Amino acid sequence: MATVEVTFTPLPAHVRTARLVATAVARRSGVDESLLDEVRLAVGEACSRAVEAHQRHCPAEPVRIEMTDHDQRFVVTVSDHAPTLRPAVAAPENGIHDGAGHDGAGEDGIGYEAIGHDGGSAIPAGFGLAVISGLAEDVRVLSTSSGVSVRMSWPSTAAS
Amino acid sequence: MDLKLGHYNKDGIEVVDVEGEIDVYTAPRLRELLIDLVNKNNYQLVVNMEKVEFLDSTGLGVLVGGLKRVRAHDGSLDLVCTQERILKIFRITGLTKVFGIHDTVDQAIAAKKSEK
Repeated sequence: MATVEVTFTPLPAHVRTARLVATAVARRSGVDESLLDEVRLAVGEACSRAVEAHQRHCPAEPVRIEMTDHDQRFVVTVSDHAPTLRPAVAAPENGIHDGAGHDGAGEDGIGYEAIGHDGGSAIPAGFGLAVISGLAEDVRVLSTSSGVSVRMSWPSTAAS
Repeated sequence: MDLKLGHYNKDGIEVVDVEGEIDVYTAPRLRELLIDLVNKNNYQLVVNMEKVEFLDSTGLGVLVGGLKRVRAHDGSLDLVCTQERILKIFRITGLTKVFGIHDTVDQAIAAKKSEK
């Protein structure tokens, strides 16, 4: 099982680095070339979401990404430590699953604060997760009082 | 590459050339440019995305914000994009129904003129 972990200061400038690393690891893990753009976009969305959450609540804490090969799936988990205060707005139903059995999740298992402090963002909170759900077959969002983890996976063909 | 921005006027329409990656780090610059253009009374905009290599929801938000600003002045904001990997995020989010998306700048300009 291959594992790569990356932590980075929650600055927008580092989101691109995270995308590049995830794409490189995905390619090495055997994710099909046709899916790499999806990986890049989905990981970027998750990292952007985490960065904005940290900038609001805990700017000194790093964002964490874990990338693993597991059962012929390339799995990426982006975790933040921003406290969750209330349920998310308009999270899409398809493709987003609660981490079952975890206490402390928001209502309906999905919870994170509204993002977007762009003087009234034109894109509503939850949009990034909606994009992720359209890009990855398997998306799980685990929300606890101490942070949110977004877990995404794609098929890979790497030999174990 | 980060983001390169340029703009010029053609047939009374302001064309914005975007090159590089539009994400949470670079999108604010595009946002500021669109705001600046609207503040200078440019309400007919075409954003040329043919050299955009990456676009995420932050970038979409900037484009939607620009669209809202010009529409407040009865203007319009159209896009030029033929890259499937960029069009994909518009399709996923349903924004292909919101933006006019054209294959070339000339086609975008012609479409705007025919609307008048």
